[in-house]
This record gives sequence, structure tokens and C-alpha cells, in this order.
Amino acid sequence: MSCLQTISDYALRSIGQGPRLLPKTDITLCEQVTLIGSGMLWNIYFGVLALALGFGFATLLAVMKNASSPWLRKPADWFIFIFRGSPLFIQFFLAYELFVQLPKAGIDIFGITLETGNLTRAWAGALIVLFFNTSAYTAEIFYGALRSVPKGDIEAADAYGLIGWLRFKRITWPTMLRLAWPAYTNEAIFLFHATAIVFFSGFPAWQQKGDALYYASYFAEKTFNPFVPYPIVAGYFVLLILIVILLFGAVNKRLNRHLPQEKRQKLRFRPQIIR
Amino acid sequence: MFSQCTDPSTLEGLNWFACYLTTGKHVLFYQSFLVVLTLLAVTAPIALGVGFLGAIAARSKIAPLRWFGTLYTSMVRGVPDIVFFLFVPLALDQGFETIRHKILCPDWSDPIRQGNDFLVCAEAKLPLGSAPQTVHEIYGFLLAVLAFAIVFGAFSANVISGAMRAVPRAQLETAESYGMTPRQSFWRILVPQMWIYALPGLSNLWMILIKSTPLLFLLGVEDIVYWARELGAAKTSHFTYPHPDWRLWYFLALLVFYLSFTKLSEIVLARITARLSKGQATMAGEQQRKAA
Repeated sequence: MSCLQTISDYALRSIGQGPRLLPKTDITLCEQVTLIGSGMLWNIYFGVLALALGFGFATLLAVMKNASSPWLRKPADWFIFIFRGSPLFIQFFLAYELFVQLPKAGIDIFGITLETGNLTRAWAGALIVLFFNTSAYTAEIFYGALRSVPKGDIEAADAYGLIGWLRFKRITWPTMLRLAWPAYTNEAIFLFHATAIVFFSGFPAWQQKGDALYYASYFAEKTFNPFVPYPIVAGYFVLLILIVILLFGAVNKRLNRHLPQEKRQKLRFRPQIIR
Repeated sequence: MFSQCTDPSTLEGLNWFACYLTTGKHVLFYQSFLVVLTLLAVTAPIALGVGFLGAIAARSKIAPLRWFGTLYTSMVRGVPDIVFFLFVPLALDQGFETIRHKILCPDWSDPIRQGNDFLVCAEAKLPLGSAPQTVHEIYGFLLAVLAFAIVFGAFSANVISGAMRAVPRAQLETAESYGMTPRQSFWRILVPQMWIYALPGLSNLWMILIKSTPLLFLLGVEDIVYWARELGAAKTSHFTYPHPDWRLWYFLALLVFYLSFTKLSEIVLARITARLSKGQATMAGEQQRKAA
């Protein structure tokens, strides 16, 4: 079987297209690269969606944590504490066991039936956990940035008569984003790293549709040779992270475009916020 | 454990729970918390040492050593740590067995890798096939410690080399002007002063280390996650203590354990930071001086 044939067979195997059986004997390098690459689709899916959803929720949480009313502050505090203080691995297990216990038929709330069947599947259940998790970490970053918005900016906004929502939208929020962006880039990188543990933590890979690391460990088990599949995963992840840094770097540039050269913040890697 | 536990079917309510929570398997579950704490106690100093060496290598004057140090400190940036946790123990195990195979069975002519098999002679197996179960468990645990030390060594090398760069240049220039050799200024000026700059990063690493201990489960060690799954699974009436699926509650207990552990660490680390800031040329040290 030629390599092109393998690619057309297995390129979309992780989302259910292609042969049902995975290669078992005489595993070629091409098969490994193709299937692991196919698994990367899941890592990208989890990472991109959790980031996109988490961004909004994290902003809300950060504002709540910054509020003076304890009714707003305390829930945000606890949410952030629980998701930042415990291992993501345990959160996955706990969420899976919780979702399994939910009634299969769905829950009735005010006449609307909530679907629960999909929650035990990784695509929905694990996404929710990752979404909450990244929201908590991002909220802490945004909160820190919110606290360090320069006082002068707010005073200037007041002097122009900007108050309330308008001031937040035009002054506080953009400055908060600019200050938080380098740390947020790190969070994005480690969120993509965290997607690799989804299929090792309770959520089963249904019909062997798994992520990159799932296929890599499958190959390592079958060939008994860890020196091929794991470096392939590593290569894919380095590539993915480079793209993330490129995209976030472009946004960082835009957020800083009004500042003089020497005041602009550089993106720097700091392993501060891994789970 | 208790005398009334001899016939569990007659027990009810609190008594049932008291007996249930003190069965032999539960004692093993409680001991597995010790496994986690042991891993932390053993790994943290090793990782710190490895990190220190890595940081020295990364700023070495010898080019190949510097390249190696830089590669080592930056490898954790791009690749998820779990990849290393899966890869390192397997790779180390095969590496050890290959070396032993070469030494112990020199007249073995077949190749070690045959298709999908990894074959070494019986004497080269690690641990030996005849070894008791505990030896296998200890060997597995040691491989896990090595994997953690390598990954967290890279993280801490990153933090420490950053801290070394953060020590004010003037301090080292002063040392040079006093006629200290590079070695002397490194050990007497740079190393004592860098810790306060390294501490925020190292505190973070400690938290990360705590939070990555559940990954022991993936390495085949019988840790708290293993026992929580084992004990929590539904038990039919064939068992002495039948119960439905309680894994949710067991994992909730683990969650509480980790939350209190990280909270406690946070408090202790804040105290250490305050203690170390004393008399340092940093903002925190300056604030303390003014307050006093």
C-alpha cells in the first residue's frame, strides 16, 4: 500500500471516516504519521473551542472577581480556586463520573429538555471541563491585568465623561487585554498541551476515535517501540504551538500598536500556568 | 479491624461505614496517599538539582554543553508534559534492558528488535522475571520518579536560568572588581542572590508538581486515582460490602485532598517568600525595610 493510499484512508480516521480497523501488523512510518496527524484534529478542536468560549466567560469572571459586592466576588473566587487548585486530570475523572450518573433521557427544566446523552462523550463532556478550566486560569490572568490598569487611564476616561459600560468597553477592557496578552498566550499554549490528556482520563475513545497522543500510545503499544510515535506527536505539537505563538503574536502587535516602541510588551514564555 | 465487622451483612448505618472504610483495601487506598507524598518528597529535590545543572549547562562557555542545556530547557515549551510521562519510562526501561543485554548475554546473536517485538535474554530483564511483586512495583515507581525528575528538571532549569539572569549585573561587577574569580563570584554572589528571583517560579512549579501527581496512574503505579476507581466501582451482592457506583464520591474526596494541599502550599510558600525577601534589593525587601 502506497503512502498516498494510506493518507487518503486514514487522514480523517479520528473523526470516523475511513477503515474501521486500525493497522495492527507491519505498521509503517507513513501510517503512524498519518494517524497521529489525524488525531491532532481533536487537539485543535478542543483547544480552539475551549479558548474561544473561555475568553468570554473569563472576562465575566474577572470582572466579577474585581467587583466590590461579595455576592459577585465570592462565586468567582470559588470557581477560580476550585479549577486552579485541583489537577485537570481529577477534574476530567470527576466530570465523567458525574455525567454518567445523569439520567439518560435528559433533564426537564421549565419544559425544556436538556440533552445529557452526549455529555459522556469526549467531544462534549471533555470540552466542558476544558472550557471551565481555561476560563478559571484565564480569569485569574485577566483579574491581575484588571488590577494593574493605570489609574490615569480611568481618570482620563472620567474627564471625558465616559462612564459605566462605555468606559469598560473603550478603555478598561482593551487595556486589560493588552496587559494580559503575554500571560494569556502562555495559557493558550498550555491549554493545547492539556488537550492531550483527554483520552487518558475517563472519557473513552469511542470506536478508536482519539487524539494524537491516543494513537501514539496505541502505536507504542503495538510496535513496542516508543522512539517513533512519541517524537511524531512532539513534532506535531511543536508545529501547533509555533502557529499559536504566531497568531497570538500578531494580536499582541495590534493591541500594542498605539504605544511607543520601547513600551511595547514582548511575548515571553513562562511556565507559570500549567495544570 | 473492629470486632463487630466480622459479619458485615448485619451492619447498618454508621457502623457499616466504619467497617467499610477500614477494610484492607481501604487501608491500601490510604497508604497510596503516602505514595503520592513520597513521590513529591523524592522528586522535588532531584528536579531542583537537575534544573540547577541544566541552568549551568545553558550558560556554559562550552558550545555543545550550552546547546544541550538550551535544548533541554526549551523542550518543555512545545511538547505536552504527558508525552514525556508516557515516553520516558518506556524508553528508559528499554534502554536499561538493552545495556544489560549487551553486558550479560554477549553471545546472543539475534537482534533485539524483531518486527514488533523487543527481545532481550531472560537475565537482562528488569526486574528479573523471578523477582517478587514488590520489586516490580518499586521499579515502576523509580521509573516514574525519573520521568518526573526529567520533566520538572527542565521546568526548573528554565526558572533558575531566568533567575540567574535577573540578579543585578552591578552585583557581579562589584564581585569582579574585588578580584573574585568567575567561580567565586558565581558561588558567593550569584547563587545566594538568585533564589529570591527564582522563588515565584519555583513556587509555581511546586503547585504544578502537586497537580501532576495523578499522572502516576498512567505510569501503572497503584496511586490514589487507581484505588479511587477500584474501590468506587459498583460492587454486586457477591462482595462483602455491596454498593452502587460511588466513583463520583471517591473522586470528590481526591478533589478535596488536592484543593487543601495546594491551599496549604500556597500559605507556606507565601511565608517563605516573605522570609527570603528580608534584606534583598527587591521591591518586597524594600517594603519590609520601610515598614520596620
